Amino acid sequence: MGHIVIQNVCQAYRNRRHHTREGDDPAIGYGDCIQVLDNVDLEFADGEMVCILGPSGCGKSTLLRIMAGFEPATGGTVSIDGKQVKRPGSDHIFVFQHNGLLPWMTVWENVGLGLRHMQAPQARAEKISEHIEMVELEGFEHHYPHQLSGGMQRRAELARALAVNPDILIMDEPFSGLDFLTHMKMREEVVNMHEFIGKTTIVVTHDIDDALIMGDRIVVMSERPARVKMNRTLDFSRPRDFQKDPALNKLRSEIFLMLGVAYAV
Amino acid sequence: MNAITASESTAQRILRHAVIPCLAFVLLLVVWDLLARFSGWSRQVFPGPLQVFMSLGELMLNGTLLQHTVASLFRVTAGFYLAVILGLPLGILLGRLRMARALLNPIIQFLRPISPLAWIPLSMLWFGIGDKPAVFLIFLSSFFPLVVSTTITVSAINPVFFQVAANFNFTRWEVITKIVIPAMIPGTITALRISVTIAWLVVVAAEMIAVQSGLGYLILDSRNALRMDYVMNGMIVIGLIGLLLDAIMRRLGRIESAGWYRNG
Repeated sequence: MGHIVIQNVCQAYRNRRHHTREGDDPAIGYGDCIQVLDNVDLEFADGEMVCILGPSGCGKSTLLRIMAGFEPATGGTVSIDGKQVKRPGSDHIFVFQHNGLLPWMTVWENVGLGLRHMQAPQARAEKISEHIEMVELEGFEHHYPHQLSGGMQRRAELARALAVNPDILIMDEPFSGLDFLTHMKMREEVVNMHEFIGKTTIVVTHDIDDALIMGDRIVVMSERPARVKMNRTLDFSRPRDFQKDPALNKLRSEIFLMLGVAYAV
Repeated sequence: MNAITASESTAQRILRHAVIPCLAFVLLLVVWDLLARFSGWSRQVFPGPLQVFMSLGELMLNGTLLQHTVASLFRVTAGFYLAVILGLPLGILLGRLRMARALLNPIIQFLRPISPLAWIPLSMLWFGIGDKPAVFLIFLSSFFPLVVSTTITVSAINPVFFQVAANFNFTRWEVITKIVIPAMIPGTITALRISVTIAWLVVVAAEMIAVQSGLGYLILDSRNALRMDYVMNGMIVIGLIGLLLDAIMRRLGRIESAGWYRNG
């Protein structure tokens, strides 16, 4: 299961350039603090593909990191299936923007990371190769990450995340830095993967088209401190093409406007 | 066309790795010989290469040189291993725990600039005569550089790797064995290379006190006997072994488990 409730999440960082006054409450965020998240309230259903959009530096990644348990929020709670997230764990896997593979381990060893405790070596090997096949990296089992292309590295990391059968996948800009065609292909793979295994998947992206094509739900965040500006479920059928679907195209212009950019220049 | 280019580059490689370095040594010998001939000092004070190599053969044949070399290598090995065994874990600890760093770093930074040679009087009083004070001095000379560079290497490990570890429920022990140790290999090999050179520098000084063997003792003893050719023999062997130690450490950097970062 992967039902996520985000309640009144606030996040503020102390501004290191100034001296903090005694008694400053970081959650309130005056004076010497930078407030990043402001009362974020969201709820994601089990199996949903959620795309979070927002201006760069607004705090989308911070929200993801709190969901992953990498950093505590200064206020509010994130809970998965009613249980509050306090630390990272293999039921909610974070897929890194880049270089999340351990460079001293081969693809095989990386994908097997979460399966260390499986008792039967045979079953473990089968599970690893099954996931390597799933992302089409057969033949690269014994390559090190630096010997793979950027797209292959992302796929290997995806395989590693899926191999532990997590309830939730958290992806931070999974396509950034990929060339256009690899980006398209990777996006298709993530959508297919999601249709196939139906895990709750949360994707932070800056690409509006990615969100429109992929999302069951689109969340648009405001400038920092980030608030939820739009939270909408998309019930458009797949395959989606906003150039042919006027309703989808209308939503696209709406989001462009909301993010403060003119779509037609 | 390609084959020709390839064979040319092989020839060039031999030139670069064998011929040119040998030429440099030949040049050194020529300069040495000229200086010895025309310096105005007597042969006894400044022996030329021929004389030195003759006596080198003599010391090699009667076994003195081997005996001294083995004694020195033993002391360096003992002191250096001790420094590695204690220094690397301490460096890992300091690199991982900010509190430990706050506690111990000032002390380390205070002790570090004190030359190992300044410890000679104390080490002789504490450990008496024999191998122990020499081993202690060598230990001191490589311990502090190893601790400091390991601390820096470990604290500079990409934090993403620790987040991956947390995400896959690594235990503390697994974080050390599967993240910290592999991630610190490249930096540590460089640190070992530098500190073994320092240890080898210090052994000569350490052997000028308190012991009756080793290359340092050979040099000191030959000076007392006014045999500058033996002094130079000692120096030559020290240089050659230093060259060898560096080659071993570089080879260590090429082993398979450290191979991941080479093109990374």
